[in-house]
Amino acid sequence: MAKIRIVIPCDEANHVCDKTQYKNATLWEKIKLNIHLLYCRACREYTKNNTKLSKAIAKSKVECLDKCDKEKMKQKLEEAINEHRT
Amino acid sequence: MPNHQINPKKWIDLYSDYLFNYTISRVSDREIAQDLVQDTFLAGLKSMNNFKGEASERTWLISILKRKIIDYYRKINSKKGKAEVRMIYNDTENEGDWLEERVADPFDKNAEDKLQNSELGDAILNCLSKLPPKQAEVFKMKTIQGFETEVICNELDITPSNLWVIIHRARTAMAECLKQNWF
Repeated sequence: MAKIRIVIPCDEANHVCDKTQYKNATLWEKIKLNIHLLYCRACREYTKNNTKLSKAIAKSKVECLDKCDKEKMKQKLEEAINEHRT
Repeated sequence: MPNHQINPKKWIDLYSDYLFNYTISRVSDREIAQDLVQDTFLAGLKSMNNFKGEASERTWLISILKRKIIDYYRKINSKKGKAEVRMIYNDTENEGDWLEERVADPFDKNAEDKLQNSELGDAILNCLSKLPPKQAEVFKMKTIQGFETEVICNELDITPSNLWVIIHRARTAMAECLKQNWF
């Protein structure tokens, strides 16, 4: 049986933390993250800010344009610019 | 010499998200909002000579956009007929320039809340525009548009581990940028 690793390094903890923001982390990953957070102050700080960022974005209901919609707009504007010049 | 230069070629990259976000909080329909933003850019291009450089490009574009949104409301309300329009203001006390009011910065029932949220949205887009373009793109797709990891990887031709590195950097920068005012 493979040895079960409970202690994870900081970079992995941060990676799991990022994933958690998008609900992409597995339960086991989350458990490992929380164990890490018990003793690592730097990662606690990172997790705190990261969660705040997610909350802020959710609260603001910010919206943005699709990439291809933007391309279309660019094209139209480009055409208009060329017409404008001639 | 004007203090601010004008450069239509960069408008879409620099301001389209900002203008779109501004519009959608006022008309709440993605397609209409997009059309209005496009109209704004075209109108801006036509009246470029009127740009005096006193305000920033963005402020100037927003002022055009505001007129566009007013025109939009005017159009849909002239279709509906006057009776319906009046229903909002059936007491004489509140009768007023309702068109301008709708376009003005949100200030109704939950004014405090709404205002804060739309300012927060502006702050987020501002910070986003300071990121390197690639980071901003990935962050936007993942966080604001909510695409799945695989979809973004296919679209932008990157590996998942690549994506998470970019996301990590973007989140660190965004948190740092928003910290001063919003956390």
